[in-house]
Amino acid sequence: MEFNSNSAFLYIIVGIVIAFVLLQSVVFFVKAWRRGKELGMDMKALKKTVGTSAVFTIAPAFAILLGVIALSNALGFPLPWLRLTVIGSLTYEATAAAAAANAVGSSLAERITDPTIFSTIAWVMAIGIIPGLVLVPALGKKIEKGISNLESKDSKWGKIFLSGLFMGMISAFLGLVFAKVHIGLVGWIPVFVMFASALLMLICGLVRKLFNAKWIEDYALPISLLGGMALSIPITNLVMSLVG
Amino acid sequence: MKKEMSYRDSIHKMGRVWILSALAMLLAVPAAICIYYQAWPPMSGILKGLLSIVPIFWTVGVIEVFTYVPMLGTGGSYLGFVTGNLANLKVPCALNSMDRAGVQAGTEEGEVVSTIAIATSSIVTTVIIAAGVLLLSQIAPVLESPVLQPAFENILPALFGALGVVFISKDWKIAIAPLVVMIALFLLVPSLASAVGILVPVGALISIGVARILYKKNLL
Repeated sequence: MEFNSNSAFLYIIVGIVIAFVLLQSVVFFVKAWRRGKELGMDMKALKKTVGTSAVFTIAPAFAILLGVIALSNALGFPLPWLRLTVIGSLTYEATAAAAAANAVGSSLAERITDPTIFSTIAWVMAIGIIPGLVLVPALGKKIEKGISNLESKDSKWGKIFLSGLFMGMISAFLGLVFAKVHIGLVGWIPVFVMFASALLMLICGLVRKLFNAKWIEDYALPISLLGGMALSIPITNLVMSLVG
Repeated sequence: MKKEMSYRDSIHKMGRVWILSALAMLLAVPAAICIYYQAWPPMSGILKGLLSIVPIFWTVGVIEVFTYVPMLGTGGSYLGFVTGNLANLKVPCALNSMDRAGVQAGTEEGEVVSTIAIATSSIVTTVIIAAGVLLLSQIAPVLESPVLQPAFENILPALFGALGVVFISKDWKIAIAPLVVMIALFLLVPSLASAVGILVPVGALISIGVARILYKKNLL
């Protein structure tokens, strides 16, 4: 069989897996929606959750699409499409593919035409992400019990504990923003973008208070994310012109 | 209370079937490629490739389970770990949604909101990427235009800058210590950038440790 990384065969098997995962999202959505109704939750708030989550997702989704395009030069479209729609993340997939190509004496600089090399890359990318899929069903219940024990013992501390966990994640990624500062002014660009986005978030809060505009609160995160991304363009241009 | 147990139990049951099926399908893809093209790769190639990524990625994978499962709740975890892009999309989306809806992670209401947020985000991502792949010839020039590159390069700073304001202003007392340590760490050892996943629990331990001290002293 002549190998082609954009073959109809690959599109079909990848399409099946993506359809399966899409179905899972729909099933879980319906289940949670029904439970929300049973619990007597405010359905308007749940509808708002759907709206804000959808709007918030758009920009990151296009960034992920850009990752598919980047990998498609070497791997065709179906495999990167699968790997970035299901489980994958931008940083992981590119590294895993490059490492696998490297291990069999190839590289991602050009189109992979050898099916053996292609399947090696596919195996490495798939095996590399096994832990989450095995550990969530194995340990999920225990972790959840641990948290609910914590909360039943001391509910105030349980809440603080979870906030601490959030803060761990947020502080690690905010720290990451400073990782390029050592290269000079250009390395400060992410820091400036972070402050721009933070400022937009503060302005959203201010507008909410001054004009009693409750809607803005719901869309504050997507507004600040998109605004921060948009401002990164003039910020980058300005820094580049200063650096010369 | 009994009802709550039964809802979570049913999610666990359903979630296990879905997540393990997803795992089987995911491994079936490379297997199908090998069978169809009769191209079984040498074991040594796969092992060599794995050797260079497994030590870090499996460690991060294990850490992600322990840090994100409590945040995402049961349904959110079973779905989020299958659909991926956790740190850059699903977790911020779920955290923001729970905050906006005024529900607490770990409660059943939080669970419902987090699952709906992650499911919506997954569906939107899947649709955008599918449409993007189909319409690529029209979209690629725009997405790849040099003018827009800074915007995509700076998505994480733009995301966490805004998210940071929301959560730091809420609990600034427990935010300062991990922030200072993390910023100092990345300034001193920039190469840690590739292992940011490993630093999430380090930051969490610092903030939980500080929180414990403040809590015991009645300062929170």
